Amino acid sequence: MVLIFADQTDGQFKKTTFEALSYGAKVAEQLGVHAEALVLGTVNENLNSLGKYGVTKVHHVRNEVLNSFDAQVYTQVISEAVKATGAKVVVVAHNNTGRAIAGRLSARLKAAMVPAAVSLPDTTGGFIVKKVVFSGKAFANVSLNTDIKIISLNMNAFKIAAVEGTAEVSVLDIPVEAAKVKVVATNKVTGEIPLTEATRVVSAGRGLKGPENWGLVENLAKALNAALACSRPVADSGWRPHHEHVGQTGIAIAPNLYVAAGISGAIQHLAGVNRSKVIVVINKDPEAPFFKAADYGVVGDVFEVLPKLTDEVQKFKGV
Amino acid sequence: MKILVCISKTPDTTAKIAFKNGNSQFDDNGVQWIINPYDEWYALVRAIELKEKDASTVLHLVNVGGADADPIIRKALALGGDEAIRINTTDLHDSFYVASQIAEVARNGGYDLIFTGKETIDYNGSSIGGMVAELVGLPYISLATHFEISGATATVTREIEGGEEVDEVSLPVVVSCQKGMAEARIPNMRGIMSARTKPLKVVEPIEAPVFTTIQNFELPPPKAGVKLINPDNLSELVRLLHEEAKVI
Ligand SMILES: Cc1cc2nc3c(=O)[nH]c(=O)nc-3n(C[C@H](O)[C@H](O)[C@H](O)COP(=O)(O)OP(=O)(O)OC[C@H]3O[C@@H](n4cnc5c(N)ncnc54)[C@H](O)[C@@H]3O)c2cc1C
Repeated sequence: MVLIFADQTDGQFKKTTFEALSYGAKVAEQLGVHAEALVLGTVNENLNSLGKYGVTKVHHVRNEVLNSFDAQVYTQVISEAVKATGAKVVVVAHNNTGRAIAGRLSARLKAAMVPAAVSLPDTTGGFIVKKVVFSGKAFANVSLNTDIKIISLNMNAFKIAAVEGTAEVSVLDIPVEAAKVKVVATNKVTGEIPLTEATRVVSAGRGLKGPENWGLVENLAKALNAALACSRPVADSGWRPHHEHVGQTGIAIAPNLYVAAGISGAIQHLAGVNRSKVIVVINKDPEAPFFKAADYGVVGDVFEVLPKLTDEVQKFKGV
Repeated sequence: MKILVCISKTPDTTAKIAFKNGNSQFDDNGVQWIINPYDEWYALVRAIELKEKDASTVLHLVNVGGADADPIIRKALALGGDEAIRINTTDLHDSFYVASQIAEVARNGGYDLIFTGKETIDYNGSSIGGMVAELVGLPYISLATHFEISGATATVTREIEGGEEVDEVSLPVVVSCQKGMAEARIPNMRGIMSARTKPLKVVEPIEAPVFTTIQNFELPPPKAGVKLINPDNLSELVRLLHEEAKVI
């Protein structure tokens, strides 16, 4: 059986969870076994509906301790659930929660784990999964050599596939340890699309000259329904918040569309964004290295191109 | 207080990524090696800042690797560590093997605080910190952007989906560090001089299993080449994004 940890935030499931569920269902199909989901804590959603993503059963551990996150407690509960259900493959999303638990889980279950996975397993002669290495500059095919296998699925690496079906919900009674980590505050960035979940991203660099010009970037992002990102010097100069910094030493993203305005395309920047499906580069320098990594390019001044492009997108959308 | 910072050796960020022996090994010909940026800029520098605030702090570094890691360990000592431990392995092993070695050092060292970087920029695993925490039985806070300590309690800000969370936890704890924790520094002359005489202990590894093996590497397929669009004809770009690329 393939067990997918269905991560929730404030009682709701996110895009990365649906990706993990769809992926896990496909792995199960490949292995000829069932896919089942594991949900921890209180949820506002109807759990039967997770069947839409291909799971036949949802195991729910309802203990309220699980409403705030402690990696140690989550690991203990997920491990017990793996043992109780006899799961042989465990799938988690390689988001912030997944990164906190995948390693712990591997150590606790003495199970091989592949982080930042981007492919279905090749099970022809073993169990081999492709993962991102060198910050997106290459891939490695990793063989998982233990009885239980853990896959931490990279974001935007697998398409959500909705099918017909509802899942049976069963309450799983697992004793839960007391949490050692106490959550004292939560600050959510409201009204914005989280960068790692975005399917479209508009990003800008030093070519924008200063933070006062970001309205141009925001307008295009709004028209495209895209999240905002920036190059490292932009975040380092305090023009934009750190959580928008993408690249080798920032966030690695793989949206369907990445628009880069006034960014030169240094190798460290490319490392974090070159897995985007389509890259559009706007730069006044025709020699900018970014054009080599781009699908579409506009050689021009961002101060002219951004407003015009925003207009054209709005026209296209009939606004 | 006693702090352990995990230091990994990675290729420089501008290194050419190529493979050899039937794509089974990274081709390190001509590659410059650096301290993994997350380990250096955030984990190590934050630990040094804590030591600057409380001079009684003991700051140890740990690396799992061969003698070729000594230059980057010396650099870390020059930035501010007191003593380094290198667990002598030259073969390539997986994350669990590496974490088992660090856990052994952590168990015997009586550390209050263990810092790792968010991930290495070569394997992109994000797994060592969690594995060490589990093996030693400690709480783990990952992707920390801010860290303060008061008595035996740490206050840590960490990144969550779409925002951040502030956590409180009693020491000892394992924390993985990323941007926001500290500002990168360069070693000064005094640091470089003193690093030469600081202890760098080489210890032999313990027995530990390996769960995963890398079969081979692949490079992404090359881009087909850029299609240039006239800046006066941006409706064409929108058309292509809709009809050809199908992303809007
Ligand atoms: C160890 C290390 C790690 C790093 N990690 C990262 C990382 O994670 N992410 C990252 O982004 N960088 C990273 N960097 C920095 C990276 O090397 C580059 O310095 C940085 O990406 C450059 O940012 P930029 O493109 O915004 O600025 P610049 O390189 O200054 O480029 C600005 C671009 O804007 C163009 N431009 C200027 N004016 C206009 C205009 N009016 N209209 C159109 N175009 C215009 C210019 O032609 C130029 O190409 C790292 C560096 C190191 C050494």
